[in-house]
Amino acid sequence: MFLAGGAIFGFGLALSGMSRPEIVLSFLRFDDLGLLLVMGGAVLVALPFYHFWKRPLLADSPQPFAAAANRRTLAGSVIFGLGWGIAGVCPGAAIASLGTGNYPIALAIIGMFAGAYAQGRISLLQESAPAKSPTPSTHG
Amino acid sequence: MDEYFPRGIWPYLTGGLLVGVGVTLIFVFNGVRAGASGVFTAALGYLSKHPYFDRFRGERTWRTLFSVGLLLGAAVFTVSIGERFVTEVAPWRLALGGFLVGVGTRTARGCTSGHGICGLSSMSSASLAHVITFMAVAILTANVVGRML
Repeated sequence: MFLAGGAIFGFGLALSGMSRPEIVLSFLRFDDLGLLLVMGGAVLVALPFYHFWKRPLLADSPQPFAAAANRRTLAGSVIFGLGWGIAGVCPGAAIASLGTGNYPIALAIIGMFAGAYAQGRISLLQESAPAKSPTPSTHG
Repeated sequence: MDEYFPRGIWPYLTGGLLVGVGVTLIFVFNGVRAGASGVFTAALGYLSKHPYFDRFRGERTWRTLFSVGLLLGAAVFTVSIGERFVTEVAPWRLALGGFLVGVGTRTARGCTSGHGICGLSSMSSASLAHVITFMAVAILTANVVGRML
């Protein structure tokens, strides 16, 4: 279902205009509050299922959701916010945007891969210095 | 109303509801709360032998499929009812912003979909803290950059 669910997700992102950095930037400058409706609409649909649907049709049980808010991960969101404010592009919207034929967005996607690569290398270095247990993500 | 939603509310609402249907289907069938940014780390495991990226071996197939879906769905929209659009945001902003988004979302372990849609739908207070943080910083940044240029 990942492919089909992703396709509906991508269709919705493109329909909403979130695949266009200009529209996201106009939200961030309070010129167009549409992004709130997109996020709100999506949460409205997903929330009851996330809460009440206990038996996935193709798996034994739902994967637990384990977000952590500590100094390190919140610093990550500060860096994400900087990038989002500069480019007007977030990961899902970037991938969908490439699908709409918005070819300059490939620069942002290459940047995201490069950033993820740097983050991976650095976090492994940090782990090998002090003895802290690694906690790889399962979502995001 | 027009003041806050110059393009109207319907593209946003219907688009957002469809985004919700997409993540919900994945949860109902596979039990996974699918965010987008994880693919960057997971797919690097196809290219890099570095041990960090190998940790995500178990999730890289579904994350790649999900991303291909995102791309195809948006392409279907464009060739059916949408129209092609090419951004005029400066290339340096896309590249630099993209890099920071890559570092930031992977350190935060979630983005606008992982913490935003999936986290808020899970009523996670940690994700709410992330959403407030990246929204506030992005609003500040976009206004500063917009003023400078």
